[in-house]
Amino acid sequence: MGCGWFPTGQWSRLANVISNERSAQSMSKDSPDGRDKGLIARILGGERELFHELVRPYEKSVYFAAYSILQNEHDAEDVAQETVLKALRSLHTFRAESKFSTWLVSIALNEARGRLRHERLIQFDSVDAIPDEDSGDFTPAVISDWREVPLEALERKELRDMLRKAIRGLPAMYREVLVLRDVQDLSIAETAAALGVNDGVVKTRLLRARLMMQKVLAPQLNIGRGGLLGMFKRRAGGSWF
Amino acid sequence: MVLNCKHVWKEISNYIDGTVPPELRDSIEQHLANCRHCAAVLDSTRNILYLIADERTFALPVGYSERLHSRLQNAINTEEADP
Repeated sequence: MGCGWFPTGQWSRLANVISNERSAQSMSKDSPDGRDKGLIARILGGERELFHELVRPYEKSVYFAAYSILQNEHDAEDVAQETVLKALRSLHTFRAESKFSTWLVSIALNEARGRLRHERLIQFDSVDAIPDEDSGDFTPAVISDWREVPLEALERKELRDMLRKAIRGLPAMYREVLVLRDVQDLSIAETAAALGVNDGVVKTRLLRARLMMQKVLAPQLNIGRGGLLGMFKRRAGGSWF
Repeated sequence: MVLNCKHVWKEISNYIDGTVPPELRDSIEQHLANCRHCAAVLDSTRNILYLIADERTFALPVGYSERLHSRLQNAINTEEADP
């Protein structure tokens, strides 16, 4: 076991350390949360130019929140800009009990959904909402061995396209959670707050999203002798769970 | 606690996040030590997460930040001109 980049036990301990460090940091006066609240007070006091500084750490999150729904770079950028302008106009309504970053991402998600409705594409989301989150067994791709994929392989456009395509193929409810949690590295609680659901729902969707990704990608990445050239064969589909 | 493969799969996401209780974590690791299929599922899932988290997988469009802040500045200027 443990033939990937980290032995299994080490990984869970590392995750605990990271989690503890993040908890400690969030309570610090110098934490991003503390920094944001100080900036917000000054912006509301008239120093509007500081809004650039306030949003700069989150501009990537805003873009990918929009992208997770729209799956189109141009539309995602447009929505990201609209999100930031909307946040500027409505900063006085921001309530300090939540994180500014979460609030901003929530606006981006809502704006993106609004854009989707406007473009009359929302029916795809309705179809996506069909899966029952609480029932059903799931079966990951059972492979006998996991061949390591070096990070250098990401230089290959084909691999990046394959990863993006797999994410695009997820139902929206799973894609949103996966992008916020695993691409943007939001915590479970932050992801839940941004989506307006509870932690349990995020964990359930995340489990399914991750196993869906594993089921699609692992067989393609796990081509023994063919190296990365052989991995682009599309495996025949099947039910997820 | 003895777990079967399905139990492990159901907990694999929480295990990756390090949020399973210690006793359950020990049981999962005991199973993984004896089940190469589940160990491969864990490793492949974890490594796929590494790949999608890499900045090269999802890069921002070139000039995104500049365009965003330019538009923001225009909005701030307009605000000041027309409070």
